[in-house]
Amino acid sequence: MSLSRRDFLKTSAAASAAAAVGISVPAELKAAGEQAEANWRWDKAVCRFCGTGCGIMVATKEGKIVAVKGDPAAPVNRGLNCIKGYFNAKIMYGADRLKQPLLRMNDKGEFDKKGQFKPVSWKRAFDEMEKHIKAALKVGGPEAIGVFGSGQYTIQEGYAAAKMMKAGFRANGIDPNARHCMASAVAGFMQTFGIDEPAGCYDDIEITDTIITWGANMAEMHPILWSRVSDRKLTSPERVKVVNLSTYTHRCSDLADIEIIFSPSTDLAIWNYIAREIVYNHPEAIDWDFVKKNTIFTTGFANIGYGMRTEAEAKKLGYSAKELEVIKKEDAKVISEKEAPGLAHLGVKAGDVMKMDKADAAGAHWEISFEDFKKALEPYTLDYVAKISKGNPDEKLEDFKAKLQTLADLYIEKNRKVVSFWTMGFNQHQRGTWVNEQSYMVHFLLGKQAKPGDGAFSLTGQPSACGTAREVGTFTHRLPADMDVSIPKHRAVTEKIWKLPAGTINPMGYQHIMNIHRHIESGKIKFAWVNVCNPYQDTANANHWIKAARELDNFIVCSDAYPGISAKVSDLILPSAMIYEKWGSYGNAERRTQHWRQQVVPVGDAMSDTWQWIELSKRFTIKDVWGEQPIKGGKLPNVIEAAKAMGYKETDTMYDVLFATPFAKQFKADDAIGKGFDNSEVFGDARKVMGSDGKEWKGYGFFIQKSIWEEYRQFGLGHGHDLADFDTYHKVRGLKWPVVDGKETQWRFNAKYDPYAAKAGNGDFAFYGDFAKALKKGNLVKPTTEETYSLKNKAKIFFRPYMDPCEMPDREYDTWLCTGRVLEHWHSGTMTMRVPELYRAVPEALCYMHPEDAKAKGFKQGDMIWLESRRGSCKARVETRGRNRTPRGLVFVPWFDEKVMINKVCLDATCPISKQTDYKKCAIKLYKA
Amino acid sequence: MKTWIRTHRFTLARRVVQLSILSLYVAANAYGFMFLSGNLSSSLVMGTLPLADPFAILQMFAAGALVGIDVLLGALVILLFYMVVGGRAFCSWVCPMNIITDAANWTRKFFLLDKSVERKIWLSRNVRYYVLALSLILSFVMGVSAFELVSPIGMLHRGIIFGMGMGGAALLCIFLFDLFAVKHGWCGHICPLGGFYSLVGRLSLVRVKHDHTVCTSCMKCKEVCPEKHVLGIVSKSSGTIVSGECTNCGRCVEVCESHALFFGVRNYINTNVGEKNDE
Amino acid sequence: MSNHETQHITARRKFLTLMAQSVGFSALGGMVWSGYLAEAKAAPLILRPPGAVGEMDFLRLCIKCGQCVEACPYDTLSLAKPGDNKPLGTPFFTPRNIPCYMCTDIPCVPVCPTGALEESRVSRVIEGVNELDITKARMGLAVVDVESCIAFWGIQCDACYRACPVMDSAIVLEYRRNERTGKHAYLVPIVNSTMCTGCGLCERACVTEKAAIHVLPLEIAKGAIGGHYIKGWDASDEKRLETQSSDVTTRTKRSEKSAQDYLNADEEVFK
Repeated sequence: MSLSRRDFLKTSAAASAAAAVGISVPAELKAAGEQAEANWRWDKAVCRFCGTGCGIMVATKEGKIVAVKGDPAAPVNRGLNCIKGYFNAKIMYGADRLKQPLLRMNDKGEFDKKGQFKPVSWKRAFDEMEKHIKAALKVGGPEAIGVFGSGQYTIQEGYAAAKMMKAGFRANGIDPNARHCMASAVAGFMQTFGIDEPAGCYDDIEITDTIITWGANMAEMHPILWSRVSDRKLTSPERVKVVNLSTYTHRCSDLADIEIIFSPSTDLAIWNYIAREIVYNHPEAIDWDFVKKNTIFTTGFANIGYGMRTEAEAKKLGYSAKELEVIKKEDAKVISEKEAPGLAHLGVKAGDVMKMDKADAAGAHWEISFEDFKKALEPYTLDYVAKISKGNPDEKLEDFKAKLQTLADLYIEKNRKVVSFWTMGFNQHQRGTWVNEQSYMVHFLLGKQAKPGDGAFSLTGQPSACGTAREVGTFTHRLPADMDVSIPKHRAVTEKIWKLPAGTINPMGYQHIMNIHRHIESGKIKFAWVNVCNPYQDTANANHWIKAARELDNFIVCSDAYPGISAKVSDLILPSAMIYEKWGSYGNAERRTQHWRQQVVPVGDAMSDTWQWIELSKRFTIKDVWGEQPIKGGKLPNVIEAAKAMGYKETDTMYDVLFATPFAKQFKADDAIGKGFDNSEVFGDARKVMGSDGKEWKGYGFFIQKSIWEEYRQFGLGHGHDLADFDTYHKVRGLKWPVVDGKETQWRFNAKYDPYAAKAGNGDFAFYGDFAKALKKGNLVKPTTEETYSLKNKAKIFFRPYMDPCEMPDREYDTWLCTGRVLEHWHSGTMTMRVPELYRAVPEALCYMHPEDAKAKGFKQGDMIWLESRRGSCKARVETRGRNRTPRGLVFVPWFDEKVMINKVCLDATCPISKQTDYKKCAIKLYKA
Repeated sequence: MKTWIRTHRFTLARRVVQLSILSLYVAANAYGFMFLSGNLSSSLVMGTLPLADPFAILQMFAAGALVGIDVLLGALVILLFYMVVGGRAFCSWVCPMNIITDAANWTRKFFLLDKSVERKIWLSRNVRYYVLALSLILSFVMGVSAFELVSPIGMLHRGIIFGMGMGGAALLCIFLFDLFAVKHGWCGHICPLGGFYSLVGRLSLVRVKHDHTVCTSCMKCKEVCPEKHVLGIVSKSSGTIVSGECTNCGRCVEVCESHALFFGVRNYINTNVGEKNDE
Repeated sequence: MSNHETQHITARRKFLTLMAQSVGFSALGGMVWSGYLAEAKAAPLILRPPGAVGEMDFLRLCIKCGQCVEACPYDTLSLAKPGDNKPLGTPFFTPRNIPCYMCTDIPCVPVCPTGALEESRVSRVIEGVNELDITKARMGLAVVDVESCIAFWGIQCDACYRACPVMDSAIVLEYRRNERTGKHAYLVPIVNSTMCTGCGLCERACVTEKAAIHVLPLEIAKGAIGGHYIKGWDASDEKRLETQSSDVTTRTKRSEKSAQDYLNADEEVFK
């Protein structure tokens, strides 16, 4: 434990050892949103980067953002920032910022897929998009259009995109990069609670006694939260315990009392060991009152595949024999010695073939008895679990066992509050939904959930993965406020708020992000648009997707602020306004929604993605898109007549129908909130950009961002997703929804804190989410009843077994590859690699490996090596020391560096339930470059 | 053209040798072609044979440094080599400064500066020996290799191999000094390394010889010689140019139309063949 | 005087004059030259390659051949050029531009022909065998300017710490409570001078405009403690007594005069 590192002070260099003298403590700053000082202006905003959601203040001078400061009034960070947040002021003015639309053209000025990028007008850009979308619709209907959305969309952008796609094009081929990031958490929440997003909030950190990180490098990925964890530890070093579970040593281990290095995927087994320890050895620790009143026991199928293409599909598309070695497990696998004991409840043994014939029912689950639940846990003894999960071959089994035992004891200890945090280690997992559910299993058994200081808490990666991707519903299967396109009632609610004819919305929500790539590769999708993400750098098995985009007959558009791999792969590039160049709002991991105003006019001709979507909507009339349309397994009805009956005309554009509605127009342009601030969408701006019609852009003339917010808000009001009105958010430092009677909610489902739980009249707790709240009953193998039973106000305790990942190291590909981020860079580095200080700090991605492995393979520190998988390869430098220390047999490579395209190496297997890609494990070989 | 080549054959050869050596150093540093690594101060041939500048080593000794055996060996190799081929062969065949001072001299000739500049600055050719002595004294007193820390030769070859920095200015000074102030000023008067090699080469085997029987006394040799005082015997008597200050550059040989000057090996055994002539 | 005599005297005089002249010029040249050398020697703000002997010996020994420069795979080292304001031709590095990446095989050291870079300074003996160990290098010492280090403001930076190849030993993070926010901790970098190699990866990584952590030559960065006080709480500190001299007479301006002189001196005190 690092407190003992104080000892080092004794020998420290004189100059550096000086205590914190001279640190000026800034006077408490006024929490006003606006302060006029000299010739610059401060206004509140939110950090551009991770899901922590730190508040910042932005200084504008002569039309440029010149500085930021941590917002002392922001409850999350109280004026602090991490190293990325510190550079918010420097992300917008990179020398190579995209400033005008660029189209691949031939010498005659025609679009040419093989041509060079040349500047075009916004009008030409929209002409091309219109042409290619219409062609795609004609050939393939709505499913021929794909949109790579984002958890970094502002709420307004995501809403405009989703509305135009789902209501306008009647297409569900929109899915955010949040699919790669949070989908397993979402599926875990939906399946367990029936409603998305965490019960608790960051305040848990200051209240709890135990912080357990599972596959979460908070120290680098959520540094401000980690400093709160560190502070909690400092307040009571003996009482507060920190445990770090990971597949390699990272910065969190520094503070941790216990570090548990487990073998990839065996977190599934460790959770079951803890549950077994509770159920068999400490039954007195089960909070029966809580369990009986608020939960039921459930399970689901195990033979659900790995979210890859089927072997037949892959063969048809010419996948290599090497790739097929893994892909064939999508159809069937031989049960290994390692996983067989844990699957005993299914009556199988090692060597049996498991047919993956429940892939289509991956999420199906049913109620089981506690006895069955107990029986299923039986094999997860300390001996079995320790044997399969010890991740460091150099650690003694006995030591590892002792650690697992201590971990279980910490969870079980009476009156010890426990928070489990996780991020990508759980979510990017071939059984990501399962492992999410397992965390709730343990917390529920102990009654340590949805209470202050107690709970399993999913940390979010992106700044608005919660606010936009999840709450707005930019997922293929989602509608706003957790609603699902497959549920008729949800479609009807949406059609009502959006004033659409009944039957407009497409019920088939299956084009998740991997399917968008796969559908481009199989030729189904002909038009794709990249929004606020970098899918050609961030998607596993990238070689396939890049090739499909460049070589097939399709049209790829990329909206971005900087040129990255996705822009390079595209046919048309649109320059986007960056965060402080537009009005917007984000929602962070603790359900906190935060808004900001446009601070400056965008660079060049860049315009916000909201504007881009709305301008596109002007190109399509009801007649163009609301006729009969083919979709998977049937067709969408023609709703033109119904539309006419509602008072629409065939020639009305989607702009008229979706955005410039009478409702929207009641929000006047000259709103007090906007006084003194630019609003490029509403008024145009000093740049006099030539708009999508070739004329000077002069604005919509009504307060589009506010109208979107107020319309969007209607979805959640009264349904547990209540958001405050637009103006309120411009006065406060964010609010945690549900916001009821102007008050935010800290702990959901807890009647003491959550008005919805109180209203349910279910005692102290009410898990009132209503998704999948009627289940069949069954045994450990399958459901045995046809009829379903309601579980109103109850949550679920899942039993989920351990299973091997579909690709594991073997003789040829002998090393585990785990990928991730580093603190200095955000995602694919499009912004942070342009900040000189951050670039200098970490100019390239390194391959972190164990020194013994390096030695055995003949690599020296700093050598350039190849990392090769069955799918592709890339080069990186060997790093045997530093921030990440891997056990023998595993390497870690960050993915921010486009020169180290590690995603060409990664496997695109996903959790079959959440469809989230597993970036954390595949098998590779290494050799000297 | 043919005559030009004939009358410049040694000059061309010297340039080839000078540039090749530099190229090998550059290739080692920039491209990792490790035939000849290091620089003229100390280098390694094919990763095995060490070479070192004996004058630098001498200064280090004076400064009180105990150097490694490798570098001593390297200095010895160089020392023996130049004792055989003529000490100042280094100056004309290896040292890159030679290219600069030759260029200054050529420019001087081209603009007829020898004739137009009225006031001649007199500088003894023995200054180099004083500088040499001073180098060693200062090395001893200051505890550093005194000349190595200021050597424009070092600046030049390091500059070519590792990057010039502001060294260009120092080299320009030498060029201008040679051009306007003193003819053959640096190499012929001041350079202590030249002085050192003059001493080393006093007894060398490879030497220019003179046959005064065929000499036409055209004195072209003296016109081109950078150290023309060494050519005292020309047109007077046959024999060997014995002065250590002769750089074995071959200029006199290539311009001599009557073949009265030629390279030869000094004959220490049969000493009566005009060995003692003129000194 | 006879003609002959005149001639004789002239020759002798000429010789003497020449000698005097030479001495004069040499003295002048020597003065300027040694002035420069002294200046160059006194420019100790320079970081040498790993294994370098002490600066004064280094200046004596380095032959300026650049073989260490050639051996470095990262182009870290360069030879001082005119204008660098460093002893000409000697190898050095500027960590903010390119730090020493601490190669485990230390290619720059064994190639040194003169011993200016010594293998023994970057080796340790393992079971009787000398093995290179770059962590033994002492190229300099990283020093933190706590006023411009943003970690001391509470910013979650520690870029230097993560960049450190010997992290958790050369740089450690000290956790302190941030009373201002009441719920965050400072994670501040503290350099351990006994472990820091001076590679400068921290200085390069530092995200402030001018690095808030920078490597200084050890002699400059370090203070020195007198041998007259030994830590009572650290047994190993006794070692310093080994080099403590027994010549312990102290002198101040007050003790300038001998006791007797003082006592007999004339005396305002009596007036």
